[in-house]
Amino acid sequence: MKYDPQPTLPAPPGTLGAVGWMRKHLFNGPFNSIATVVLAYFTIIFMWPVLDWAFLSADWIGTTRNDCTSDGACWVFISQRLNQFLYGFYPEAETWRLDLAFFMMAALIAWLIIPKTPFKGWVAAFTLLIFPFIAFVLLSGGYFGLETVETHKWGGLSLTLVLAVVGIVAALPFGVLLALGRRSEMPIVRSLSVVYIEIWRGVPLITVLFMASVMLPLFFPEDMNFDKLLRALIGITMFQSAYMAEVVRGGLQAIPKGQYEAADSLGLGYWQKMNMIILPQALKLMIPGIVNTFIALFKDTSLVLIIGLFDLLAIMQASANDPNWIGFSTEGYVFVALVFWVFCFGMSRYSIHLEKRLHTGHGNRA
Amino acid sequence: MSEAQKQNDPLMVEIRDLNKWYGEFHVLKNINLQVKRGERIVICGPSGSGKSTMIRCINRLEEHQQGEIIVNGTPLVEDVKKIEAIRKDVGMVFQHFNLFPHLTVLENCVLAPIWVKKVPRKQAEATAMKYLERVKIPEQALKYPGQLSGGQQQRVAIARSLCMNPDVMLFDEPTSALDPEMIKEVLDVMIELAHEGMTMLCVTHEMGFAKTVADRVIFMDGGQIVEENEPNAFFNNPEHERTQLFLSQILNH
Repeated sequence: MKYDPQPTLPAPPGTLGAVGWMRKHLFNGPFNSIATVVLAYFTIIFMWPVLDWAFLSADWIGTTRNDCTSDGACWVFISQRLNQFLYGFYPEAETWRLDLAFFMMAALIAWLIIPKTPFKGWVAAFTLLIFPFIAFVLLSGGYFGLETVETHKWGGLSLTLVLAVVGIVAALPFGVLLALGRRSEMPIVRSLSVVYIEIWRGVPLITVLFMASVMLPLFFPEDMNFDKLLRALIGITMFQSAYMAEVVRGGLQAIPKGQYEAADSLGLGYWQKMNMIILPQALKLMIPGIVNTFIALFKDTSLVLIIGLFDLLAIMQASANDPNWIGFSTEGYVFVALVFWVFCFGMSRYSIHLEKRLHTGHGNRA
Repeated sequence: MSEAQKQNDPLMVEIRDLNKWYGEFHVLKNINLQVKRGERIVICGPSGSGKSTMIRCINRLEEHQQGEIIVNGTPLVEDVKKIEAIRKDVGMVFQHFNLFPHLTVLENCVLAPIWVKKVPRKQAEATAMKYLERVKIPEQALKYPGQLSGGQQQRVAIARSLCMNPDVMLFDEPTSALDPEMIKEVLDVMIELAHEGMTMLCVTHEMGFAKTVADRVIFMDGGQIVEENEPNAFFNNPEHERTQLFLSQILNH
């Protein structure tokens, strides 16, 4: 057979770059071209009033409702009430403590999620073991000459973040333990885990919060007074750990039996096997499910409204009922939705990034 | 029992009147087997004959209901400490390799020595490299299992077992999941290991391997040991009709 080396040719014109992309994805044949044009038309028709309301005819500057003259959105409401949205009823002179605590948290999280920063292990240990105490002292005071701020004064975004972060950090380890318990060979451990999971998963979070707030105190002596926020935190954690347990169990079931057997045959003990072989692989598979639960938890924190805690959403509603600002709740809801969205979208993007980074090879599930 | 006493005991594995059931199904029936130190045994038989189940009982991947198993002088009983002690002495190689996909080849090899035998990391890595060289893939040490071919993965799995410095190696159909051109590289490693005096129990259908290295060939069917003999006699002169039928099926094609 005769063989001629073929020259390497450039790709045909119009298949590369923006033009190539549009040809392939937007104007690929007459039907797709028409669909593109029609959908673009409707998008513009529907989006234009929204853009107009939110940006073009909106009022941005001012101090009272009288500055809102146009028919667009009045963002003055948000900017005037921003402090309250962020800090709730926290004394104004002390809000630097919230700023400091959340700035520290943001810095620690950034340190942990940015690849290739040094001393990750120590920073992680600090974040999980020491930072909670620092944050607690900063937020509630009472030590080092800091004025005590009781939890019923906490509110707004800072309360939402406290609920969400504590819930997330506590629910994951409990969830893992419950999932391992449910798969345990010890009948009592397994039954207790199943009962716990099925009970907590079977009731709505509102009921849990309501019970924690209203019914729980009835069972305790009258002079014993649990903090309301603490009760809400415990309720949220116990509720979400049941959900987390099921996500983790799903991940554990996806690990082939051979991995357990290989670990066993090497003489690894149960906890060594779980910590070094099974959970690292399972957690990787569980990332979408875990982040899904985190996002749900983050949004569910707004249910604390019904036990009289003022998270971001509740405090916005309270502000919108202020006679000076009646009629601007739409702006409030849009703002709150945007804030929730930013946090949830951030978690979602990070989880995608994490999945890619933890991918160690192809077809290695044998 | 001390390490020196262990070495003097001529029996590596002893199985007495072993019976096992999966629910109602009687999968192992009255198995008796003695494996001497340094002996190489090949176990063959049709699928479902209980051969894998039997060797998996030796390191307690399967639980037995009746009979006794004594490994390296330690009786295998319902006691986590004893089971883990036995597993330290018994290496196992699986049909599907079962490497840990989230760890590099080197990490796969050093994990158990470091955490089970408390060997310092430096020393464990040196040992791991020695065995990876012996299975002829030291250059893959920093790759992940998913980046290797099946034959390479199985050789890593053998090295991983050897890193625990086992007294006996169990092979559960080590070449059955491999592409034909990769079988030889794995068998070569196993043959070398046999020549170095490792005690081995191999479940395999590689009859060439059996002829080359086995001291004894065992044929199982229906959960029983039907026949055992040294390889020449086993292949040329099988006693039982069932053995003859099986050999004619796997050899004549």
